Amino acid sequence: MTSELTIGFLPLVDACLPILALEHGFAEEEGLSLRMVRDVSWATVLDRLLYGHSDVAHLVAPLAIATTLGRGRPAQPLSVPFVLGLNGNAVTMRPELARKVGEPGKLADPIQAGAKLAHLARERKFAGKPLRFGVVHRHSSHNYMLRYWLASCGIVPDRDVEMETVPPPFCADALESGDVDAICVGEPWNSVAVERGAGEIVIATAQIWRRGVEKVLAMREPVLDERRDTIEALIRAMRKAGERFIDPEYFDSNAEILARPEYLDGDAKLIRHAISDHLLLAAGADPVHYADFMFQYREAANFPWVSQAQWLYSQMVRWDALEFSEEGAAKAGAVFRPDVYRSALSGTGQPLPGANSKVEGSLSRPTAVGTQQGAITMEDNRFFDRRVFDPGDIAGYLRSLP
Amino acid sequence: MRIAIVDESSARASIIEEGLSELDDCEIFVIGERQELLAHIAEVGPDIVLMDLGNPSRDVLEEYFAVSRALARPIAMFVDQSDEESIAASVEAGVSAYVVDGLAANRIRPLLDLAVRRFNAFARLQSDLAEAKGKLAERETIDRAKRILMDSRGFGEPQAYAEMRKTAMNQGRRIADIAEAIVTAHELIGGKK
Repeated sequence: MTSELTIGFLPLVDACLPILALEHGFAEEEGLSLRMVRDVSWATVLDRLLYGHSDVAHLVAPLAIATTLGRGRPAQPLSVPFVLGLNGNAVTMRPELARKVGEPGKLADPIQAGAKLAHLARERKFAGKPLRFGVVHRHSSHNYMLRYWLASCGIVPDRDVEMETVPPPFCADALESGDVDAICVGEPWNSVAVERGAGEIVIATAQIWRRGVEKVLAMREPVLDERRDTIEALIRAMRKAGERFIDPEYFDSNAEILARPEYLDGDAKLIRHAISDHLLLAAGADPVHYADFMFQYREAANFPWVSQAQWLYSQMVRWDALEFSEEGAAKAGAVFRPDVYRSALSGTGQPLPGANSKVEGSLSRPTAVGTQQGAITMEDNRFFDRRVFDPGDIAGYLRSLP
Repeated sequence: MRIAIVDESSARASIIEEGLSELDDCEIFVIGERQELLAHIAEVGPDIVLMDLGNPSRDVLEEYFAVSRALARPIAMFVDQSDEESIAASVEAGVSAYVVDGLAANRIRPLLDLAVRRFNAFARLQSDLAEAKGKLAERETIDRAKRILMDSRGFGEPQAYAEMRKTAMNQGRRIADIAEAIVTAHELIGGKK
């Protein structure tokens, strides 16, 4: 018997795993019939999820936590048993700003570029025209990663520079018109802006945090309980899709699939760049390879680490006028459901870590970690400023931040 | 009550505007472009903002409202009013509503019901239009196929149509599909269009 699942998504490259699970037949192998519902704003993806138009959704991770905590609307508990990927975003600036901060055709060093940016930000603020940054959503990793970078470089967001929300499809326009000086967005939207000459990519978010959590598969908690077997089947299908996603032999066909009108309705060439970790940094330049720009599979990338949910919580406290509490931190952490991920993949060949939480940003070299099954070697997962996040002491971490 | 309708489809906006004008004591403002959206909204100072779910600027609007909660006249999302049924109906129809905090539920409900009915009416109009266009295209294909049969087999018009109908019945297909096949085959073997 097949189980039907409706999946909400935004047309972004990192919606790839459910789409490829469907298109490559992995969902069908698991007895699933998937229906993909495309929207153009996270607000609508969330509305459909909360009012039952979709069963599960591709969602910016912080929004799942914010919804559970009742930020912006009445609290509704969401669950995340699977992370759709790490990183995959970039900071793109108007060309004249990009060239003051870095070198055209090269990814900038986040510390050096940040220092130059801090200087420029002061100048612009003094001139009464502060730099303005666009992010795709208030509750997005884009927002928190960008703020993390700026703050560590001595720039206070909202005080020294302005921050505003720009929907991904409008990012290139906003750069071109000068409405914003820089954006932090996922692919293919950086490439679209670059190709139009509206912007140049300065850094990738993977340079800010080498293994930063990005989109997640979210659902209402009761849906997870009621449809547990179906959700676990989807998790297995998406792990297989992930293996296919990173297989170079399939880069072309995967890009073709994602580019279709019903999915991203975009340029297969630009999508192929992103999935092969290539970035077109400036118009007319050759794409540059940056390893692990997107990170969807290795090192059990889809495992929902409780510590990653709690890092996001710490950033909400930091930037979102949310008061820290141990209770809040526990509630945010409990949105991520490693127990479901484990039960879905237990007995398969997929590696499962031994722990549910880890000190984030602590590894500087490949390290074999303890597992429940299989072998996992974690690589460099540091933040660019070498701070580490210990989920056991979030209050102390918050005090240590600038 | 000041109502702002944010919609890039001017046809839909005017259908909604027309519907809402039935309500007493309402001033309606249509905001059609996304440039300077927030400035336009601030200018209008609405009690209620209606926006279709297919508008990418919803995230921009929600950000603005989240920030404006700190202001003197905060705007809440309709979901704050916890009228589940109305919200479900509006999501179904494809419209989202944002309401100034403290506006009584009995004033919101009829307005939202009207908006939902108007959104649904517009969706029906669109699907009727698409269907009509599809029917028209089919009609044209059938006429072309008839002419092909008349020219190549020397049939009269009623006979050409009867042939197609017979083939369709035998194969369990629609006449339009048979006509499509005839036209395609004719083009492939080099017949003129």
